[in-house]
Amino acid sequence: MKDIHLIALAVNGNEHEIVVESRRTLADVLRHDLGYTGTHVGCEHGICGACTVLLDGEPVRSCLVFGVQADGCEVRTVEGLADGEELSDLQKAFSRCHGLQCGFCTPGFLMLSEAYLSEQDTVPDEAEVREVLAANLCRCTGYQGIVEAVRQVAEERMG
Amino acid sequence: MTSIGERLPRKEDPRLLRGLGRFCDDQDRAGQVWMRVVRSPIAHGRLVEVRKPGSAPGGSVVTARDLPPGLRIPVRLTVQGIDLTEYLQPVLAADEVRYVGEPVAVVLADDPYEAEDIAERVEVDIDELPVTVDTASGTKAAEFELGYGPVESAFAQAAHVVTVEFDVGRHSAVPLEPRALLADVDPATGALRIFGMTKVPVFNRDVLAGMLGVDENLIHVHAMDTGGGFGVRGEFYPEDFLVPWLARKLRRPVKWVEDRAEHLVAANHSRQQRHVASAAFDENGTLLGLKDDVLHDNGAYARTHGIIVPELTLAMLPGPYRVPAFHGRIQVMLTNKTPCGTYRAPGRFEGTSVREQLFDVAADRMGIDRVELRRRNLLTADELPHTRAMSTLGTDVVLDSGDYAGLLDKAMVEADRLGYRSQLESLRERGHSAGLGVAVFLEKSGLGPQETADVVVGTSGEVRVHSGGTSLGQGIETVLAQVTADALAVDPAVVTVVNGDTVLQPFGGGSWASRSTVVGGSAVHKAALAVRERAIQLASRMLEVSEDDLEVAAGTIRVKGAPGMSVSYAEVATACRPGSPHLRNDEPAGLSARRRFEVEHMTYPYGVHLALVDVDTGTGHVKVLRYLVAYDVGRAINPTLVEGQLLGGVAQGVGGALLEEFRYDDAGQPQAVTFMDYQLPTAAELPHIDILVAQDAPAPGNPLGVKGAGEGGVTAAGASIAGAIRDALGLTGPVGRLPMTAERVRGLIEEGT
Ligand code: FES
Ligand code: FES
Repeated sequence: MKDIHLIALAVNGNEHEIVVESRRTLADVLRHDLGYTGTHVGCEHGICGACTVLLDGEPVRSCLVFGVQADGCEVRTVEGLADGEELSDLQKAFSRCHGLQCGFCTPGFLMLSEAYLSEQDTVPDEAEVREVLAANLCRCTGYQGIVEAVRQVAEERMG
Repeated sequence: MTSIGERLPRKEDPRLLRGLGRFCDDQDRAGQVWMRVVRSPIAHGRLVEVRKPGSAPGGSVVTARDLPPGLRIPVRLTVQGIDLTEYLQPVLAADEVRYVGEPVAVVLADDPYEAEDIAERVEVDIDELPVTVDTASGTKAAEFELGYGPVESAFAQAAHVVTVEFDVGRHSAVPLEPRALLADVDPATGALRIFGMTKVPVFNRDVLAGMLGVDENLIHVHAMDTGGGFGVRGEFYPEDFLVPWLARKLRRPVKWVEDRAEHLVAANHSRQQRHVASAAFDENGTLLGLKDDVLHDNGAYARTHGIIVPELTLAMLPGPYRVPAFHGRIQVMLTNKTPCGTYRAPGRFEGTSVREQLFDVAADRMGIDRVELRRRNLLTADELPHTRAMSTLGTDVVLDSGDYAGLLDKAMVEADRLGYRSQLESLRERGHSAGLGVAVFLEKSGLGPQETADVVVGTSGEVRVHSGGTSLGQGIETVLAQVTADALAVDPAVVTVVNGDTVLQPFGGGSWASRSTVVGGSAVHKAALAVRERAIQLASRMLEVSEDDLEVAAGTIRVKGAPGMSVSYAEVATACRPGSPHLRNDEPAGLSARRRFEVEHMTYPYGVHLALVDVDTGTGHVKVLRYLVAYDVGRAINPTLVEGQLLGGVAQGVGGALLEEFRYDDAGQPQAVTFMDYQLPTAAELPHIDILVAQDAPAPGNPLGVKGAGEGGVTAAGASIAGAIRDALGLTGPVGRLPMTAERVRGLIEEGT
């Protein structure tokens, strides 16, 4: 007998009810059960951050969270950032600053940065942005464009 | 309208930023089965038995015995005429395992968690055999020499001879997306659709067709978004046979997704070499000859790259310098470690690290400034083209164009402007062990022999390009759209590029060795020009004027000096439909062209790296404070993307220079199997990187004048950082090895050499 549970979660404002095995990761629930494939899995051991989503507003590594733990929660994934075709300020900044190449790490960086920026009330310096972004790995960009994008959005949002 | 040279935003970005890219694991098929690989836990032994767990369903475990006998994965590029058949990797180990991670069986289940459960319970009996981890005591799979000129007499008459021993650590690309493959089979015909083979899809399709014994047209490989390539991804691995073979056998879709622990032992490693290199100089510091004797650790088998890394190591060792006589010997050794292939700047990262250390040590011994010694020995612009009496990758080494010393001077001026030297001085005044490293390098790019491209205009005026390049994150869709838009004089927004689809482009060579813009771009350029000519021909019929009276501008073909007399590409495409009065009887329908571009020789970009480091003499930690890359790319189609390639390369180079290494214990057990032990640099380990893109020496061998940009950010990173550490610690000898982990830096400090 498999250990299965009925859970309910909202992803980017859409309500879902779904039956999952207790050992199934939130990343797999989002990607394979619910079709939110924008969230990526690069290591499955909590280091790379490609799988970062917001769980009730907090950035978490969805490879380290079980689907059942998200029961009753609000999840935000990369698919929820743009308004239709209109990219968010952060997404636009990533493109403008060449903050992505293969784009595999990008959803994780966007969600991490979104959570970080939402807590800022001053414009952070480059060293601080680098410390924060060091939570996630990118193998393509050398991080420079990502750092720049986050700094630009911080400045824009602080007005 | 010119699109070449513009910093256009990437076409790839909107989908990737919205999470709408399509990576292999994003695909699922109804009724698919999941494959999981069972890998050897032992580095060397006789395979006695693979036992299916009692509870697992019949047919869920597949071993070598179930496969057609004798299957081995062929080499993609044979060089120096050396036959490696004996050392090729089998699809599944049959009698002997030779490294930890070697596939011995696969497990199938309806669910990936279940497949993993079964795989964990498969019992693999192995009688252990002696393990070789030391390169020198491995089996010699190949040995060859490259060179020219009277080396021994050069050394005999030298005023100064300098020798360094240098080890380059085993590291690799480690792209962020692990490998994945999905094969979907048409149960009626057995035809296969394959997702996830992005790099050299046409070659892999052909290998697979051969191994399956089917016509290549029965296999359709689809281009996918891909989470980084850098050499390792998309080569033909055992899984690339197993997944499609099982799909055909089971008549069901089969999917396999590698996990990170697997990736670190299964995908190609690279770089591990031991060099003993010597240089002979006259009393003025003029180089007379260069020698290198190399031991190359290739791991357990010869994989698809065969011995191209060893070959490129020797062929590129002289770099951008005037080397009257050169001799290189390399021994390719097999050990009980993961097999090797190429990784971004293969052979050049290694060779450049060694050669530039040799220059640093020589400069100090002769009392000549390190930059000056280099400047004195660089080939001048007047000496190019310069032929070296060697071949590599089946083509002669002809350095095509460049101003090496000019770029070195530019880089030094830029570094001064940005305050590198003043920062170094002030750090030293404050008691820091800081150092500056300078390295000059030669790259290669644009390997032929050919590339094919199609340009097709639709009746809405939309332009489609079917290229043989593949998108690995480098932005090739955008670059090829710019090339097309430029040739057709249309807005790049109307151009859609489809890369690496083997049905749309059955002759594509793929993206590797910094070739896709050079060779693929030139093919696209030719095909687009052919479409433009054809459009002019049709427009002349439609407008009833001579072709000479027509010009193409802003997406229309118009009569010169007659405003209002024009037709659009959309109208011309419509006039090329069957039944159109403008189409002659014997003419093919459609506004499209397929063109092939062939190159004789590669083209050689070049560059300079400067690193400013601060060494903590207590912990041995090396912090890279400043980094500058100057690189001549011939012509930049999109400068932003060139800079992006260089930035990313530097990060990987810093990893290889300071952090990343696949270590093994004496039993051949890999010590780096998670991202805890295999450390990629993060944003916090990297400084802001300064980039100077030069376009002083366009490539004479292609119509765009372009040289490849993919590798120049990494090539000299080991060299410049090693040089900087040496400078910081005031060593008289070489740094000796990479990566310079904190532990090794402490060792150097203790030795005080
Ligand atoms: S996949 Fe979750 S942290 Fe890497
Ligand atoms: S863009 Fe490729 S891993 Fe970050």
